[in-house]
Amino acid sequence: MRKPIQAAYAWANERLDLDDMVKFARKKTVPEHRHSAWYYWGGITLFFFLAQAVSGVLLLLYYRPGPDAYESVRQITFDIHFGWLIRSTHSWAANLMLISIFVHMFSVYFMKAYRSPREFGWWSGIVLLMMSMVFGFSGYLLPMNELAYFATKVGLEIPASLPVIGPVMADLVRGGLEVNEFTVHRFFALHVVVLPALFIPLLGFHLWLVQKHGNALPPSEEARPAAARRSIPFFPNFMLKDLAMWLIALNILAVLAAMFPWDLGQAADPLKPAPRGIHPEWYFMSQFQVLKVFGNWLPGAAGEIIGLVWFTLGMILWCIIPLYDPRNDGGRRGRRATYFGLLALLILIVTTAWGYWAIHSETLTDARPAPPIAGAALTPHQQIRSNPPAP
Amino acid sequence: MMSDEIPIDSQPEQADSPQVATRRTFAKVVVGGVGFCYAAAIGYPVYRFLNSPVEKAALAAAVTEITLKDAQKLPVASALIFKFGPEPCLLIHLPDGKWVALSAKCTHLGCTVQYLPDKSHIFCACHGGTYDPATGHNVAGPPPRPLKQFVVKEVTDTAVVVSRT
Repeated sequence: MRKPIQAAYAWANERLDLDDMVKFARKKTVPEHRHSAWYYWGGITLFFFLAQAVSGVLLLLYYRPGPDAYESVRQITFDIHFGWLIRSTHSWAANLMLISIFVHMFSVYFMKAYRSPREFGWWSGIVLLMMSMVFGFSGYLLPMNELAYFATKVGLEIPASLPVIGPVMADLVRGGLEVNEFTVHRFFALHVVVLPALFIPLLGFHLWLVQKHGNALPPSEEARPAAARRSIPFFPNFMLKDLAMWLIALNILAVLAAMFPWDLGQAADPLKPAPRGIHPEWYFMSQFQVLKVFGNWLPGAAGEIIGLVWFTLGMILWCIIPLYDPRNDGGRRGRRATYFGLLALLILIVTTAWGYWAIHSETLTDARPAPPIAGAALTPHQQIRSNPPAP
Repeated sequence: MMSDEIPIDSQPEQADSPQVATRRTFAKVVVGGVGFCYAAAIGYPVYRFLNSPVEKAALAAAVTEITLKDAQKLPVASALIFKFGPEPCLLIHLPDGKWVALSAKCTHLGCTVQYLPDKSHIFCACHGGTYDPATGHNVAGPPPRPLKQFVVKEVTDTAVVVSRT
């Protein structure tokens, strides 16, 4: 058995120079230090992306965009064997991928891995994040359920508030004046053809840059003499650790997908009012809350426009950080950039939490019972609420 | 710059020691077994997911008898095509007044055949195979076997009943 395998390897090696690749992988090292755990998050993101690709192709076998969209997702969820699991895996992997992107981005930020010569890694990463969010937004509509319908409606109203080009853009994306079956078709094409066609080459570029420049050292390591730094070979040591992380990620994904299957909800009905407490996915919550706050302060479209200006400004600042803080000589900490990162993280967390808290308190207010009317029957839910336990 | 390579497995290899060999074999078996379990846990749902329409079609194919309403009105020396489960079938009213039901799937490469009353044979347009309409026997061309036969159970005033056996 050994002999033919070796012979086949030798045959391929003569033509493809496989030894060279193995030599390269063995020579490549990964720094090992107090913060090296953060190096895994890019790989974890890649794992969730691959899980998305596989489960997405499987869903493609039964999903039908257009007027039949909800019915086809209903069939996937309830009629096709294990369809619920594949769909749940796709949704959970999407959320876990965004979580790991955020962890990856902020760890890169605070370890100053955006500094020269890694600027393109930072920029390509930001574009990949934004594309992932568009992936999420477009994928969210595809089941054409109530939540998807209103989330897309609201999501497209925001750019529509821009003067002149806003409404034209929104109508073109929607394929109509309201969200309809053409919107599903457009989002479907975006989600399964356009975005992957752009995302995958950019991801390749991002990964190639990591190969080219290697892992960045955080300032605390840069400050140490070179002889005091430690590293491990990429192959097989780091790769095995990376695979162990993938295994953990797979287990978490499997448990979440199987134990908490994604809800299908009601079919979208344009004549029904929006359900109470409706809100976007968590990765849009910060923007959602900022827009809500600005909208309360400023009348009309001004709130949305100020909100959009605020996001654009934030993104520009986030992109030019490598130009502001480019050098890493001798472990320079660049405290101002760190403080800016902490501020950005704080704003993101606070506005997200604020958004959830606002929705939570709104739904609580709704659930409070109306003053009892004589003779009116109370629902069990109201009875419990209006009879608090005696102190 | 980056020195001090510390391999994970820093113990020297001792393949000649029987103890090490057993431990290695044990590790191999465990890793292989766990890997197989993972592959099965992912592979089985994916297989069932892909196979769902096949299962449904197989369920639909399990019919044993079919009643063709108003098929008794079919004129002599003509045929109609109907579906027996997923399979296209020919119901032929022969010139001598007899009824025949045959699979319409050519035994060569699966094209759907047609009844040509003027030539009094069944013809496959794909590769020119011909069959005898009375028996379904392959008479010319590439088909290797006769067409599958069904049984015309009864012809009533309102319908024709065809069964598998």
